[in-house]
Amino acid sequence: MSARRGAQRGRADGVLSDVPAVDLGEDQDEAIRRGLNKDLDGGFTHLVEVHKKTLATVAGRVAERPQDADDLAAEAFLRAWRALRSYDADRIAALSFRPWLVTIVLNVARNARRDASRRPRVSPLAPANEPTSSARGVDALAVARSERDELVWRLGALAERERIAVVLRHVADLSIPEVAEALGCPEGTARSHVARGLAKLRAAYESDVQTPSRRRATKEGTT
Amino acid sequence: MTTNKTRSIEERLFALALDTDPRFLERVVARWATVQSPVGDVYVAWTKTGICAVASRRAIEDSSSFVDVTSARLSRPLLKGEPSAAIVDAMATGRSRQLRFDLAGLTPFETDVLETTRRIPRGEVRPYAWVAAEIGRPRAVRAVGSALGRNPVPLLIPCHRVTRSDGSIGNYGSGGPEMKEELLRAEEVNLDEVLELARAGVHFVGATTTRVVCFPSCTAIRRAAPARRQGFRSLDEAEAVGFRPCERCRPGIAASA
Repeated sequence: MSARRGAQRGRADGVLSDVPAVDLGEDQDEAIRRGLNKDLDGGFTHLVEVHKKTLATVAGRVAERPQDADDLAAEAFLRAWRALRSYDADRIAALSFRPWLVTIVLNVARNARRDASRRPRVSPLAPANEPTSSARGVDALAVARSERDELVWRLGALAERERIAVVLRHVADLSIPEVAEALGCPEGTARSHVARGLAKLRAAYESDVQTPSRRRATKEGTT
Repeated sequence: MTTNKTRSIEERLFALALDTDPRFLERVVARWATVQSPVGDVYVAWTKTGICAVASRRAIEDSSSFVDVTSARLSRPLLKGEPSAAIVDAMATGRSRQLRFDLAGLTPFETDVLETTRRIPRGEVRPYAWVAAEIGRPRAVRAVGSALGRNPVPLLIPCHRVTRSDGSIGNYGSGGPEMKEELLRAEEVNLDEVLELARAGVHFVGATTTRVVCFPSCTAIRRAAPARRQGFRSLDEAEAVGFRPCERCRPGIAASA
């Protein structure tokens, strides 16, 4: 099977096959693509190393349980490999790996969440469907032990599409075009989801946190 | 802007990024290696969970065919790896009880058959009917044979130690009956004696000293002096004269089926 794959790819990658796979400053997608065309599993290993942190971040900050991040990310990579196995060189050439992988991990996380909701369990942060009202959060905030937990909780209180957009843009550090591609929406829509989510986070801090330094901090964050 | 208090919301969001465990790749890929066994080189593949594939080089000569077939079955990438000392040791000695296996994709019936087969000690054999009885499916003798024929981890889960009730060694999916016989002889199973007894209609052997009755390959009965052994056609015959079934090789369960 892979012999056939190898033969196809061998023809497709032609002169590029002798170029070293990794080179500082080189476009990573191009390097991965060359690797995949030459040897699917070798190129795939490279793909995992380059993008594993992004996928774990997206999975961990979108799913209810950050401790599942690695498992969800691994599942997403496996799905990616199964897809790549059947793609020809043209199709691989057209892929932007990061948004493509993020789309897959979002699906995996969504499925995991749906499966988990069929087997209800008590979640310490139970944020997914919380209203955005800040007053609602006082009790839960009392148990949020650190600023970090607090931010995670506030993210969880956002509407899903805004939360995902903010996570992709500002936690996983995707560009707006990448966020748009991952979400399958126009760039303008992606941009406004991110902006609305950020605005809600800021507003929540301003109404809740009375210390002047923090208020200043959130204002400075406005760009 | 750099102290904790004054970090922007964007900076604090960026700090929520997660890292993966250092061995993350092993959650995604399976590994394979060539390992020595008493019947020559074998390919072994494993995941983070346990061993998931074994194939004799005699059955699949070309390592790339093993990799392709196994990768397709597991539906994950299969990369070259370093076998653990436990795998190397188990392959060399035939003692594999300490190993962990990844038997994802098998039916509950197949899993039961393999779990039971795993417990057959090195140097001994059991009939297919015994495995069927042990898993509580005494009539499923043929299905046990098929399940063993599909054993993805031969040698390590010793399906070669399951033989026919008539004393002949039966089929072997991975490398044919010749390899099965070679494996059993390498483990010093008393194959010739078992076959000879079966031809004479003897399927159980008791020790007149302890009045315990065993399968003819059981280590317990093979330790008894030949003069103190007594053969039986059936377990009923042995029990009628006051013998009780060995608790080690459990011949009772098959006979009562």
